[in-house]
Amino acid sequence: MGQDIFAIVKQVISKELEVEEEKITPESRIQEDLGADSLDVMNITMRLEDEFNLRIPDEDLTKISTVQDIVDYIQSHLQSS
Amino acid sequence: MPERRVVITGLGTINPLADNVPDFWKFLLEGRNGIRRITRFDPSPFPVQIAGEIQNFDPERRLSRREIRRLDRYAVYALYAAAEAVEDSGFLSSSFLPEKAGVLISSGIGGMETLLRENDNLIQKGPERVSPFFIPMMIPDIAAGLVSIKYGLKGVNYCIVSACASSTHAIGEAFWTIKRGDADIVVAGGAEAPIIPLSIAGFANMRALSRRNDEPEKASRPFDAKRDGFVVGEGAGVVVLESLEHAERRGAKIYAELVGYGASGDAYHITAPCADGEGAYYAMRLAVQHAGIAPEEIDYINAHGTSTELNDKMETLAIKRLLGDHAYHVAISSTKSMIGHLLGAAGAVEFIATVLSVYTQKVHPTRNYEFPDPDCDLDYVPGKAREMEIRYALTNSFGFGGHNASLVVKRFP
Repeated sequence: MGQDIFAIVKQVISKELEVEEEKITPESRIQEDLGADSLDVMNITMRLEDEFNLRIPDEDLTKISTVQDIVDYIQSHLQSS
Repeated sequence: MPERRVVITGLGTINPLADNVPDFWKFLLEGRNGIRRITRFDPSPFPVQIAGEIQNFDPERRLSRREIRRLDRYAVYALYAAAEAVEDSGFLSSSFLPEKAGVLISSGIGGMETLLRENDNLIQKGPERVSPFFIPMMIPDIAAGLVSIKYGLKGVNYCIVSACASSTHAIGEAFWTIKRGDADIVVAGGAEAPIIPLSIAGFANMRALSRRNDEPEKASRPFDAKRDGFVVGEGAGVVVLESLEHAERRGAKIYAELVGYGASGDAYHITAPCADGEGAYYAMRLAVQHAGIAPEEIDYINAHGTSTELNDKMETLAIKRLLGDHAYHVAISSTKSMIGHLLGAAGAVEFIATVLSVYTQKVHPTRNYEFPDPDCDLDYVPGKAREMEIRYALTNSFGFGGHNASLVVKRFP
């Protein structure tokens, strides 16, 4: 489950940021390591919301820094819904 | 303070003929055609099915995928042309003051393709699905901002919008900015990406466009008796303007000197040019006055020459009013005969052609000039390029709204 989510998240980030998938690890920080700015973060959030059919409120975005944070967030919210 | 002189040290373009300046100039001299049936969308339902489309474009030749990813097409063209101009000029590897290096890159429309796509998103998927990149992708000034960010240019930075005169105004205002000492270098020009269904339909319904769908290669025929409208083109032109002192200090290659700029308004009609060419005349006269020359010293004119009934007639009248009998002794050609009308990018791309005319002492032909029109009886350099002595050349742009702008280029030294 976690692996599948990671694969999809990696795909989305790779596509939206033009970063090679191999360079995206669970520890990668979206802004500092992968070069996203605040607009990229909003854009990636929208793509992930579409992909997983869930809503990520702005206040939750502050808790997200790494790729693993995203995977964990999606996993917990998919389970709870 | 002695008045500063302004020279051109870098050129860059992407347009329907070529994705670089040397090829562009070669193809212009050959009189090649850049007008074809539209392929970007199915034009069958449209009364106008032809345009000057850029084909086989690989932006990654000059730009990284990462910088392209969130740009409207028009901004890709702008950055692509800017990359060539900046590299050509070589100023980045010299010592320059970033706060005295500016960017004035225009667009007549901006990111219309992005605007429409995001409007579709809004209607089909709702407000939460409008891209956060929508606004910064769409606004017509973002190209100027992007170029400054990329190269670290912290001087004057904005975008002039004046329809088909936009990039001529940009180059003209860049000229004054350098002259008055506010900048040493200005990267100036314009970009446009108008080949989308909505704008083709809009221009077509104004009856502004040629409907010669069966013979696209003959559709753009400025000053010819059988002209029936302009052809929309796309692309960008960007130049590096620099104070003479700055350019000489770093040993830059100098193509030519920019010596005059004039601008005026028609105060006449939203889209039709004033029939007697009065507004165009004022812009040209002012540019010549600032150049400090007599009108008779002009050797070559790169005309606005759109291939519309009204423009070509009134521009001819305005040239005659400016030059008197000398009008019959200048060479006049229209770059639009080969690439179509690049709207907000037209002035900059045609300025490049004008600069290269002065630099190489050659003028490109007006393509498709076959049937003389009694209203257009000057020397439009039909069919074949010409070698000639050019000391001063003039280039014109006129935009919907009655915006007129002219520039005078002088051979250097």
